[in-house]
Amino acid sequence: MAAYHGFDYLLVDSQLSDEEKLVRQTTRQWVEDRVIPVIKDCYNEGRFPSELIPEMGEMGFLGANLEGYGAAGMTNVEYGLIMQELERGDSGLRSFASVQGALVMYPIFTFGSDEQKNKYLPKLATGELIGCFGLTEPGFGSNPGGMTTTAVRDGDSWVLNGEKTWITNGTVSHVAVVWARTSEGIRGFLVEKGTPGYRTSDIHGKLSMRASVTSSLSFSDCRIPDSMRLPGAAGLKAALSCLSQARYGIGWGVLGPAMECIEVARQYSIERKQFDNRPIASHQLVQEKLAWMATEITKGQLLALHCGRLKDQGRLDFAHISMLKRNNVAIALECARLARDLLGANGIVDDYPVMRHLCNLETVKTYEGTDHIHALVIGERLTGVAAYK
Amino acid sequence: MKILVALKQVPARDLPVEADAARAWIDESSLSHEMNEPDAYALEAALQLKESSGGEVVAVSAGQARVQSALREALAKGADRAIHIQVEGEAARGTDPSITAKLLEAAVREEQPQLVLTGLQSDDTGSGQTGVILAARLGWPHATLVVAIEPGPDSVRVKRELEAGWFQHVTLPLPAVLTIQSGISRLRYATLMGIKRAKTKEIRLMEPPADAVGGGLRLTGLAEPRRQRQTQFLEGSPAEQAAQLVEKLRFEARVL
Ligand SMILES: Cc1cc2nc3c(=O)[nH]c(=O)nc-3n(C[C@H](O)[C@H](O)[C@H](O)COP(=O)(O)OP(=O)(O)OC[C@H]3O[C@@H](n4cnc5c(N)ncnc54)[C@H](O)[C@@H]3O)c2cc1C
Repeated sequence: MAAYHGFDYLLVDSQLSDEEKLVRQTTRQWVEDRVIPVIKDCYNEGRFPSELIPEMGEMGFLGANLEGYGAAGMTNVEYGLIMQELERGDSGLRSFASVQGALVMYPIFTFGSDEQKNKYLPKLATGELIGCFGLTEPGFGSNPGGMTTTAVRDGDSWVLNGEKTWITNGTVSHVAVVWARTSEGIRGFLVEKGTPGYRTSDIHGKLSMRASVTSSLSFSDCRIPDSMRLPGAAGLKAALSCLSQARYGIGWGVLGPAMECIEVARQYSIERKQFDNRPIASHQLVQEKLAWMATEITKGQLLALHCGRLKDQGRLDFAHISMLKRNNVAIALECARLARDLLGANGIVDDYPVMRHLCNLETVKTYEGTDHIHALVIGERLTGVAAYK
Repeated sequence: MKILVALKQVPARDLPVEADAARAWIDESSLSHEMNEPDAYALEAALQLKESSGGEVVAVSAGQARVQSALREALAKGADRAIHIQVEGEAARGTDPSITAKLLEAAVREEQPQLVLTGLQSDDTGSGQTGVILAARLGWPHATLVVAIEPGPDSVRVKRELEAGWFQHVTLPLPAVLTIQSGISRLRYATLMGIKRAKTKEIRLMEPPADAVGGGLRLTGLAEPRRQRQTQFLEGSPAEQAAQLVEKLRFEARVL
């Protein structure tokens, strides 16, 4: 396969600064050197390449758009490009970076006390510490507001009880950001590994996101001091603001696999010959699929870039992000499916990254707000009527 | 030690290159550009010297505005500052090493470094002359194909790669020019923190000296190599055939 140079049909690159291109180039090079050689085996073995975590920290990939505490201080467009290149490596790698940066470092940075920030952020930025984000419960996925995990105040401490599931990095985390119902509403807490009453276990049998750790967390009379509560996090909206950060990154991230899928399919269609030794690219049905992919990816790139510029101006809100996440995940998944189709039988084997991306994107469609839920967010913004219930 | 690293920006590898309509130069509109890889090794060597014995690393490039992105990359990797010698047209293409050397000479005379490092050659035109002509113009000693550098108080001892596995050790008085062999170390990445820091580092713009541009080599035309398809049958035992195949892949197809 020829070297990967991304996909840029409409000269969208002309809208990027030299620094932005350099950020993309250095991330792409790192992924090419360090991830591509190992990721197929990791995926097949169901293993996250944790040996890469210190390097991800050194490169500045963790919490890259945060300022201070050892974070790289990138703009949101630069951050988006990093997510795009990491996810071109594998959605599991991007998930790791999303959880660490947007769902663990961001809430500590935004809602944490100075003591919490100083204690956790620098080590989360280097990857010495790993974090996870516990919101989803067995009975509450799309509707996290119904959560049943509770935190009850007892003097100067809190007692947590309940169950979280589908938690990325759960078993490998040193610190968990956990959302629980209290008498004053939903609050966020930091729970360290090894705290009595806190247990984790892995979810097995995943046929998607295999190069990522997914776990369940359980709390049974788990007692933590009040200093481990995120003082600034009040209500479900605090948790949702973290999700907005992660979803923004996902909207960029999924362009990575989409761009790799079209490139693989494009090259394959030129090389693969059928019927009178003609390349399959010579057929209109094949070209139509490539044209669809190219058009949707280009629209997705423009959407992501526009959202990024708005975010850098402080004007991007959650309903905008819903459009970005929903659209780009949907078209990326469809691109992976079409590329799989164009590769014929070769599409289902791991000599090509296509099937792995396809399987991963099925998760990405579900987590961080399903496609349906984001349609309802957009619908509510348009009509003023909430249609979730 | 103050080190000046001369680096060139070249078309990215693996992209198809085509002649422009007039067949006078390559069509640059569809190309992206990157730092010449041998120069990346020169930069790496300079940064390692700075890390081991202190000093300053100044990156310099002659060319059109886009070369600033290669300089930015050098700054992101750890160069302290950069100089962009602004040239346009033929002089900016870097096809004539004598012009490039004249342009670089102006920067060296201003900066007075103790060491100038360049890559052994450029990935596009591959003449391997720029560093050598620069040294001749400056009247400084030079060594090519350098694979290791040991700095002394007023000299450097270098290891040069000769042919067939031979090496040569030479000691040169400073100031000197060294052209660096590719692949001698692991190139560092530009980290995101480095890219951020580079935003505040200076790229000084320099006018080319009046006599530097023009003259020298003239490129009269470009032609693509003719494509040939031929089938060859290898004879002999499987082991002999395999040996012949390796030979051909290595020296004819140059893919090994
Ligand atoms: C690999 C992986 C990693 C994950 N990592 C994390 C993590 O780190 N932290 C975390 O907290 N969670 C995580 N999740 C959980 C994820 O966020 C949830 O799976 C997601 O929110 C959907 O919830 P659910 O699976 O319970 O599906 P459900 O909510 O049961 O949804 C099932 C289907 O019903 C539809 N549906 C539900 N309600 C409505 C409605 N009102 N209108 C229309 N359709 C509706 C959905 O769109 C979907 O199609 C992860 C999930 C996976 C698969």
